[in-house]
Amino acid sequence: MARMRVRLTFPPERIQEPVIYHLVKDFDIVTNIRRADVTADHGWVILELEAKEETLERGIAWLKGKGVKVDPIERDVIVP
Amino acid sequence: MKIVMGKLKGLKCRECGRRYPSSPVHICEFCFGPLEVDYDYDALKGTITRQSIAAGPPSIWRYKELLPIEGDVAVGHHVGFTPLIRSQNLAEELGVRELWIKNDSVCHPTWSFKDRVVSVAVTKAKEFGFDTVACASTGNLANSVAAHAAEARMKSYIFIPADLEQGKIVATLVYQPTLVAVEGTYDEVNRLCSEVSDKYRWAFVNINIRPYYSEGSKTYGYEILEQLGWRAPGHIVVPCAGGSLITKIWKAIRECATLGLIDRPATKMHAAQAVGCGPIVTMVKNDTDILTPVRPNTIAKSLAIGNPADGYYAYRSVKDSGGYGEHATDEEIVEGMLLLARTEGIFTETAGGVTVAVTKKLLERGVIPRDESVVICITGNGLKTPDVLYERLETHVTIRPSLSAFDRALADLKSQARS
Ligand SMILES: Cc1ncc(COP(=O)(O)O)c(C=O)c1O
Ligand SMILES: [Zn+2]
Repeated sequence: MARMRVRLTFPPERIQEPVIYHLVKDFDIVTNIRRADVTADHGWVILELEAKEETLERGIAWLKGKGVKVDPIERDVIVP
Repeated sequence: MKIVMGKLKGLKCRECGRRYPSSPVHICEFCFGPLEVDYDYDALKGTITRQSIAAGPPSIWRYKELLPIEGDVAVGHHVGFTPLIRSQNLAEELGVRELWIKNDSVCHPTWSFKDRVVSVAVTKAKEFGFDTVACASTGNLANSVAAHAAEARMKSYIFIPADLEQGKIVATLVYQPTLVAVEGTYDEVNRLCSEVSDKYRWAFVNINIRPYYSEGSKTYGYEILEQLGWRAPGHIVVPCAGGSLITKIWKAIRECATLGLIDRPATKMHAAQAVGCGPIVTMVKNDTDILTPVRPNTIAKSLAIGNPADGYYAYRSVKDSGGYGEHATDEEIVEGMLLLARTEGIFTETAGGVTVAVTKKLLERGVIPRDESVVICITGNGLKTPDVLYERLETHVTIRPSLSAFDRALADLKSQARS
């Protein structure tokens, strides 16, 4: 099992969608939400993901494909 | 030096307030918020005075009781206490009554304000019993970590992107760390480092030691206040990358008010960033606390963090203090560097060019009134990044070694200047 602490930032058009629900149901990833802030035009969620390593990777690729930004909790990341 | 017993209460989550004992951790296990050092200000109130500080050494360690160090100072005994210069020439040029330059381009030992944070981090790492320090960096931080690790006789691992400029590599390698060039982008280097820090028991100064490391930036603020005769200036303009420096200068000002060292924390904090990487200033301009990460594209490489760790807190420091911010174009950054050099004889790096350019704009737009006091933060030395000036500057004449050749060249130069 692999674990990851991430921050998901949703584009406005995805805020209404049950993205995290699909992550749990379709990918078999366990989520544990720690903090979130969602309003009409923006949204972010800080959570822990737990699954087999390759499942996590597939789930994250799927999120990115939906336009969700996935950042590890250690920020200070210089965007390439 | 006198040590106030028990001044350090431990760590405290900035989001949920949960407390942790002092240890090398940086994220709250409960809400994943960032941890911050917590002090017993009531205990400090009576013991820290203007006089007790003045009796300390001419370095950041005169503020040791406000730093998260419990034992002796291990490294960087001469860091900080850099000049605060009352500017006449630049003040005239910019049209402002009272202008001060806090000059960390001459901070010992590696010529940037990063020595403040790294000397605290490496001392703390030693205190925690680490034998290895590490960091991911593209310049100033790499130089400083390598130098202080050498002084501490600790091993060091410095992670950089493989395509870093030769000059920066040499200024790190000279201290003989293990330099790890990673074939990838800065983003990938940083992500790799957070994985490495999970696996190896090393003190990553800007990851697991971050709560202690970042406290070192407060000394930049204490020095400004003390050098102004314990007075809070009207405005401070701060270059921002990760957003830690501006957050900690603001914290320093509020602490000094709490401790009665200054009357009121009446300073407006202004954020300075490049157009090509300015997510914090964009938050300020759009009046939103949501940070939108960017892909950096600017000559101000030391400020090129697209997804700053302390972006939210930097934004809060600006808003809470009543300040603002501005972006500077690459052209304006070079103009800023040249202006500071021409008027004050100070050669700063691109980050300083950003600060000068942004100060000019804030004055022109009336955000900073011309009759108020302003401090500009010059945080790094220009000799580290001369590349950006190569195209802009050239030798005026090349001549044979004879007086007549010089006379002719001088006449030519004078007629060129007239036309
Ligand atoms: C010269 C210089 N000035 C300012 C900064 C900004 O500091 P911070 O990352 O704390 O915002 C940096 C950071 O890398 C720097 O190298
Ligand atoms: Zn917390």
